[in-house]
Formats: sequence, C-alpha cells, structure tokens
Amino acid sequence: MAAAVALEQVDISFRLSGGGTYHAVRDATLSVAHGEFVSIVGPTGCGKSTLLNVAAGLIAPASGVARIDGAPLAGLNRQAGYLFQADALFPWKTAIENVAIGLETAGMPQAKSRPLAQDWLGRVGLATFADRYPHMLSGGQRKRVGLAQVLIRDPKILLMDEPFGPLDAQTRQIMGNQLLDLWSADRKAVIFVTHDLEEAIALSDRVVIMSAGPAAHIIGDWTIPLARPRDIAEIKLDPAFHAIHREIWEKLKDEVMKGYVRTGGGG
Amino acid sequence: MIMSRFSLTAWQVLVGVIAIALWHVLTTYPVFGVMVLPPFFFSNPVDVAQRIVKWFAEGTIWKHLWVTLTEAMLAFVIGSVGGVLIGFWFARKPVIAAIFDPYVKMANALPRVVLAPIFTLWLGLGIWSKVALGVTLVFFIVFFNVYQGVKEVSQTVLSNARMLGMNERQLMRHVYWPSALSWMFSSLHTSVGFAVVGAVVGEYLGAAAGLGYLIQQAEGVFDVAGVFAGMFVLAAFVIVIDMIVSLIEARLLVWRPATAEVRG
Repeated sequence: MAAAVALEQVDISFRLSGGGTYHAVRDATLSVAHGEFVSIVGPTGCGKSTLLNVAAGLIAPASGVARIDGAPLAGLNRQAGYLFQADALFPWKTAIENVAIGLETAGMPQAKSRPLAQDWLGRVGLATFADRYPHMLSGGQRKRVGLAQVLIRDPKILLMDEPFGPLDAQTRQIMGNQLLDLWSADRKAVIFVTHDLEEAIALSDRVVIMSAGPAAHIIGDWTIPLARPRDIAEIKLDPAFHAIHREIWEKLKDEVMKGYVRTGGGG
Repeated sequence: MIMSRFSLTAWQVLVGVIAIALWHVLTTYPVFGVMVLPPFFFSNPVDVAQRIVKWFAEGTIWKHLWVTLTEAMLAFVIGSVGGVLIGFWFARKPVIAAIFDPYVKMANALPRVVLAPIFTLWLGLGIWSKVALGVTLVFFIVFFNVYQGVKEVSQTVLSNARMLGMNERQLMRHVYWPSALSWMFSSLHTSVGFAVVGAVVGEYLGAAAGLGYLIQQAEGVFDVAGVFAGMFVLAAFVIVIDMIVSLIEARLLVWRPATAEVRG
C-alpha cells in the first residue's frame, strides 16, 4: 500500500521582497504510512511548518513532489485536515457553527450536521459550550473546537502545526492525551509539527528531526519503541522514554544552538 | 477613573445644569453694569425652551424632523450599499483598485460642501440633493472600511476555510463577507453621523424643509432663539439616532469581544 503522505526530495524556496530567494527547505524526503503518527521536531524557524504546508497543498515545492496515497498532489490536499498554530476559528460563528461548517459547505443540511457537530463538541468535552463565540472560550477550548472542526470531516490525514504551542503546560498535557484518545479510535496518518521534543516522543510512532534553517533538511528519523495506549504524563517517567529522549537530544541540541544564534537569540 | 453608573449620570447632568444656569445668568443679569452675553446674540435658555415647546405643541417641528430623518436614512442606505459593493469589488480585484486609486483619493480629499450647489442644480431643492450630499460622505467611510476588512482577513482563517473544503463562493459568504460587515458596523456611528451632517448641511444651503432649513431661516431674520432651538433639537435628534445605532451594533456584533467599553 502506498504511503499516506510521501514527500520526495522536496525543495522549498521563497522569493524575498528585496530580491533574491530564501532557501527554506532542501531535499526533504519523508514518508508517513496510513495510521502512523509522525512528529517533525526542529529549532525555531527551520521550515517545519513550511514542510507541513507542502503536504497540505497550501504551498507548492520549488522542486520535488508530494504524493498523497501515491498520487502527486496538485492544489489543495483534499484528504487532509489541518490544525493551525494560530487561532483559525471563524470568530463570527459559534462553537457549534464552527464545527459544523465543514460539513455544511460540503452540502450536508443543518438538520444532519448540527447533531453531528454537537456530538463532536461532546467528544472534545465542550458539549455545553455550543453557543459560545470563540472569544468567550479559553485558548485550550478554542483548540478543542478546532480539533472537532477538523475531525468531523473525517480526513484520512491529520496535519498539525504546533497546535498546542500557545497553551500552558497542564493544558498541553490534557490536550495531548485527548488527541491520542481520539486518534486511537480510527488511526489517521498524522504529521505533528512541534519544537517540543518531549511532546513529540510522548505522542508519536516516529520522530523526525530537522536541521536549523536556511536550507533546512531532515537529519534524523527515530522509531519510538513505547507501547500504546500511552499517558502523556506517566510515559515521561518511563526509563525507555529517557533513553530515546537522550539519544535524539544529542543530535538536536547542536541544531537548536545554531538556530538560536542565527535568529539572534530571539523567539 | 471608575465611578458608579449613577454618580456618572449625576455628574453629567450637573455639567449641563451649570452650563445652562451660567448661560441664563450671564444673558439676564449685568455683571458690573456690563451684559457679558448680550441676549441679542446669545438669546437665553427660557426663550429657547419656550420656542422648542411651541414647535412641538404646534406640531410644526415633526415635518422638519421627518424630512431630515428621511434624507439621512436614504443617504446612509445608498452610501452603505455602494460602499460595500465597490469596497468588496476593489479588495478582490487589486488591478481595478490600483487603476482607480488616485481618483478615489482625489474624490475623498474634496470638501463635500462645494458639491452641494451642484447637487441642488442637478437634483433640485427637494430631498434628493441632500441625499446625494450625504451619500458622498457615507460612501467613502463605508468603502474604506469594507476594503480594509476584506483585505485584512486573517490568512490563517482563510487557509483554514480552504482546508475545510470551501470554494470561492463559500469563502465569500463565510469569510470575506462577515469580515467586511464587521468593519462596516464598527464605523456605523461615524457613517450614520455623516449621513445626518450631509442632510443638515444640504438643507442649510438651500431647501424648503428640514432642521437645517429651520436653522437657516431663523438666522436669516436674526432670530437667535430660533437658531439655538434648532441646534438643540438637532443635538437631541443625533443623540437618539446614536443610541439606536448602539443597540443595533450590540445585536449585530455579539461575536466580538468587548474591547472598547468607552461608550457606557
């Protein structure tokens, strides 16, 4: 069976406004099988989100090809759901309208879509928040609405761009466990971008490390030998977790330092 | 400074009472033998109040209020519809926007009052020349806001909508349109205010009815009490309209976080 997502020798570059080009990602090859949970970890500004946008079809690579189920991707990736780092909910729609919108624009009547959306709100623990507007929800609640909004369409592939980035540590843990629960119900292929190595190891089947940009490339690919089901908080106490964490961190820390120096030590 | 709703209202009333009392005293009693505010130029509160009561008692004022209201509402509706449509069109077609850009700037920089005589010439002394003047004011406010609203749609929300499978038409309806409308509504106070300004200024420059006409007629015969009475009725009229706009705004923008609580 063809991989759910396969990136083959993908180069990504941007034209700079002052002339010249910025080479963001060089020669990235990555394959994600159906049902596999893969995290991409790298220092700030290494182009990992850019790589995710190629898999989503939001940007086209300068060279190389992205294949979805073996077929080259042209335009948007219709098989994928995308959870964004920044707030992506429609601020003028209530939680339930936000969750239902993906079904309704696909032609499902409200009589069918609203009960489904209510059910999904329940699954992310927000059953009583259906009529709230996004600004009335906390950051974690908004992320959960976003998750329901994406998952209700039952995409084959789930792309996540530091979705829990802006949340506090406790909320991240709760969200991580909730994500694993939802994912284990019908294992989608997941690409999860993060700069948090612990989070990546705790969640994933595989962790892929990218070098610092520009011209970032993939420098490591680890299979995580931890049993499922997992609990994000408990698994971090497991000796096997520490062993793999130490091994990956050895490789990652040089890149993090390079990225830190290059971005002037800023965020 | 935080104060209770009640004491705030009390202070607001107090300011008004003192101002009117001062006005009354200075126009009625000489200070060291000199009338600080000669009644011929400043009238006095009693005369003005009597005039206002007379207008309402005789019912003559209603016709003028109705004319001004009609003109302002028509100017608001026509200017808003035009502003929304053109703003949308320009924002979605950058080439068109670039071509018309200098002309839009030119038209907006023009003081609209100079157009009033031309509108009177074209459209006569009736309400439509005033509506036209109001439209030229309202249009640009709504136009710039809608243009900005469509241009500044969050890229993340837009990408999210695309990834959720929306086509161009659905993007219009679910993303661009609500965003543009929210910008338009945020300028509602300004655009409604300008619709009234257009109507009153138009009437002032030549009309047969309306609050502006009333004030202009009073000025023509040095009837200062009439001028002040007209101004007070106009002020009250504008405040009532502004309150109605606030109510409508609160209904339409429920989804927006309450950032600016300045309007109590």
